[in-house]
Amino acid sequence: MIPVHLHFEEIEKKLRMAKSTSSDAQMLIRSLRTAYAATPTNLKIIDLYVVYAIVTAVIQVVYMGVVGSFPFNSFLSGVLSCVGTAVLAVCLRIQVNKENKEFKDLPPERAYADFILCNLVLHLVIMNFLG
Amino acid sequence: MARNLRLLGFLALICASLSISGAAVIRPINDAHRSAALELFVPTNGSFGSLEEAYEALRTFQIFGVEKSTEISHATCPVVAEKLGSSSFISKDLFLALRVNSILGCQIDARTFEDVASKLQAVIKNASSLVDFHYGVEGLLHIKDQGISVALSDADGTFHSIKALSQSDGRWRYDSNSAESSTYAAGIALETLAGVVSLADKDVDQSKIGIVKHDIIKLFDSIKSYDDGTLYFDEKHVDASEYKGPLATSASVIRGVTAFAKVASGRLNIPSDKMLGLAKFFLSIGIPGCTKDLFNQIESLSHLEDNRVSIPLILSLPSTVLSLTTRDQLKVEVTTVLGSAAPPLTVSLVQAFRSDSKDTPVLENQELQFDSENTIHYLDIIPLKLDAGKYKLMFEISLHDPENLNTYATAGRTSVMAFITGSINIGKAEIGIFDSDSGKSEALQKLDLSRDSALSLAANHLQKLHLSFQLTTPLGHHFKPHQVLLKLRHETNVEHIFVMESSARQFKIVLDFLSLVEKFYYLSGKYEIELTVGDAAMENSFLRALGHIELDLPKPPEKAARPPPLPVDPYSRFGPKQEIAHIFREPERRPPKELSLTFLALTLLPFVGFLIGLMRLGVNLKSFPSSVVPASFSILFHAGIAAVLLLYVLFWLKLDLFTTLKVLGFLGVFLVFVGHRTLSHHASATAKLKSS
Repeated sequence: MIPVHLHFEEIEKKLRMAKSTSSDAQMLIRSLRTAYAATPTNLKIIDLYVVYAIVTAVIQVVYMGVVGSFPFNSFLSGVLSCVGTAVLAVCLRIQVNKENKEFKDLPPERAYADFILCNLVLHLVIMNFLG
Repeated sequence: MARNLRLLGFLALICASLSISGAAVIRPINDAHRSAALELFVPTNGSFGSLEEAYEALRTFQIFGVEKSTEISHATCPVVAEKLGSSSFISKDLFLALRVNSILGCQIDARTFEDVASKLQAVIKNASSLVDFHYGVEGLLHIKDQGISVALSDADGTFHSIKALSQSDGRWRYDSNSAESSTYAAGIALETLAGVVSLADKDVDQSKIGIVKHDIIKLFDSIKSYDDGTLYFDEKHVDASEYKGPLATSASVIRGVTAFAKVASGRLNIPSDKMLGLAKFFLSIGIPGCTKDLFNQIESLSHLEDNRVSIPLILSLPSTVLSLTTRDQLKVEVTTVLGSAAPPLTVSLVQAFRSDSKDTPVLENQELQFDSENTIHYLDIIPLKLDAGKYKLMFEISLHDPENLNTYATAGRTSVMAFITGSINIGKAEIGIFDSDSGKSEALQKLDLSRDSALSLAANHLQKLHLSFQLTTPLGHHFKPHQVLLKLRHETNVEHIFVMESSARQFKIVLDFLSLVEKFYYLSGKYEIELTVGDAAMENSFLRALGHIELDLPKPPEKAARPPPLPVDPYSRFGPKQEIAHIFREPERRPPKELSLTFLALTLLPFVGFLIGLMRLGVNLKSFPSSVVPASFSILFHAGIAAVLLLYVLFWLKLDLFTTLKVLGFLGVFLVFVGHRTLSHHASATAKLKSS
């Protein structure tokens, strides 16, 4: 007869090993999250905007997959609008980020003005192509 | 002036093409002309456009005896009075007004006439061209007719000046500068000279009048002729600007010559056949289609009707088709050109020729009897034993009073074409099918050609069809009509026509089908038979359906000619065309509406997520400027961006690119300015915050 406390020890060891792998992943995610929390708010806003644009693009592609690409110009203009604005937002984030030594001398307002202007031009073209 | 004449020439061309009847039969003026005049000369609200047209209309109505309507007087008299009362010296206007007034008889007082007379006297004294003389002298003549006493003071001088413009061939020049002489001008000149003689206060030198008579004879030497015996005057050279055409030129010469013959003592030695030829010319144009030609025709004929040279007498047949069945009489009318009665005379039929024997006359020297009630000369043709056919009749007129020979112009011999028609007998008609080797066939059957038959014959290509009959005139002679045709028509409407020959007093045709097989395009089947016999002198011309024949022809070889394609109804191309079935592009399959709306909602979902995320992040408006000016700029900046986005929405909905770009230009400039202010303020604010 195996003693019950030995059985318990084996189970504890197994649990500890599993906990370590899962806790490794958890620790990784936790560290990422804390690091991300340290980023300034304005960058977080830009990240949120990028996520929003990409999700919209994905939904449009799913729709096209369902119904077919008949007014192809409309599909293209919709998707490219989202992707284009996401790209411009990424450019803005690069220019505004204070840790980025390359754009140290560029005032963030200037970057923001560029972002607005490029978006307006992009959307004029998109509206023309929408049909 | 040149442009008007060009217009006249063009008008003459139109009138020539509008002329109603041909030049074949010459008949005097009758009611048809009168009604044509009433139809052509139609005033608009009483007026005729110009005084020239008014004169043409009024003079034509005067000759036909049409009553003047008060409407015309009311419309035209004021124009006449205005022209006569005005202080202008344009002799043409005065002349035209006086001419119209002489017919209308408007109320013009004597003082006006005396003023106009003195003006015209001055015109004549200073005149150098023929038309000026013409207007002056004719105007004075019309004034004299109104009862005012006018006299030409220097008649001899005026006569001499006009005569100086004449040429050696009897024509006249328009003035001393023009090189070309004109026949039309000769007519005007003669009329003017006649006017001068009648206006002169003392007699004009007789030798001068004799010279003019000589000129008239020379002018008549240049007369031209057509083949049918009509004579006319025309210019030597057809110069487009001044050319008036033979009708107007002949009318002008007749006007001048008859006017001059009235005032000249003694006779003008113009041969009477020339006057007759001119009369025939005017009568042979039928009823002209335009006013100027009708006026020229009627006015010239009225001058010829009672002129002092010789009055033409016209011989005409009221009807050139005489029927033996209704026992018609040959009727001949002899009248003046306007239809008035001729002096006592006898008409005799000198010779009558049948059209097929032009050398030997069938009739000679028959005198026609005169019916004084209807003023017609007639002859019974039944006792003369004339057969049906086409005849050429030669008539001669002999006046009872030998003195009338100088006054009247009768042609020597007048020839007229006439038809004598009769009912033709058709007899001994036979039809049958022969075998080609045997000579005779019992199958010849009698045929009644007075009505349609319904024969049913059958033949093959080795047999022949035989048809014969006899045609006899009412007098029993063999008759050869113009058309004797046999037609065979196949079921498919392919037709073959054969002309029947006449031999030994009968008409016969033998259709040898062996030789006709190729001509018939090897088409076997049922052929309808039709016989046509016709002639102008035959009163009972006919087209008879005789029945049908079943033809059995051999099969066509490969190289045989195909039957010609049947003529398509030419109007079928105006009918409806074949229906066109258009193929349209299939419209793309669109997704159902609910699916699209679902996805629209799904697309808007991330935006909601974006807003929620912003709120989670703690977005605030703390760095919004608080003081007024920067705050307003900020607001304007955001408003500007919103306006641009709104513009884009409108662009998608209804605007076009150009309007959008225009508005975008303005908005962009505004946005740049405002944005610059806002962002630079914000930048300076953050810089201050950092430094402090």
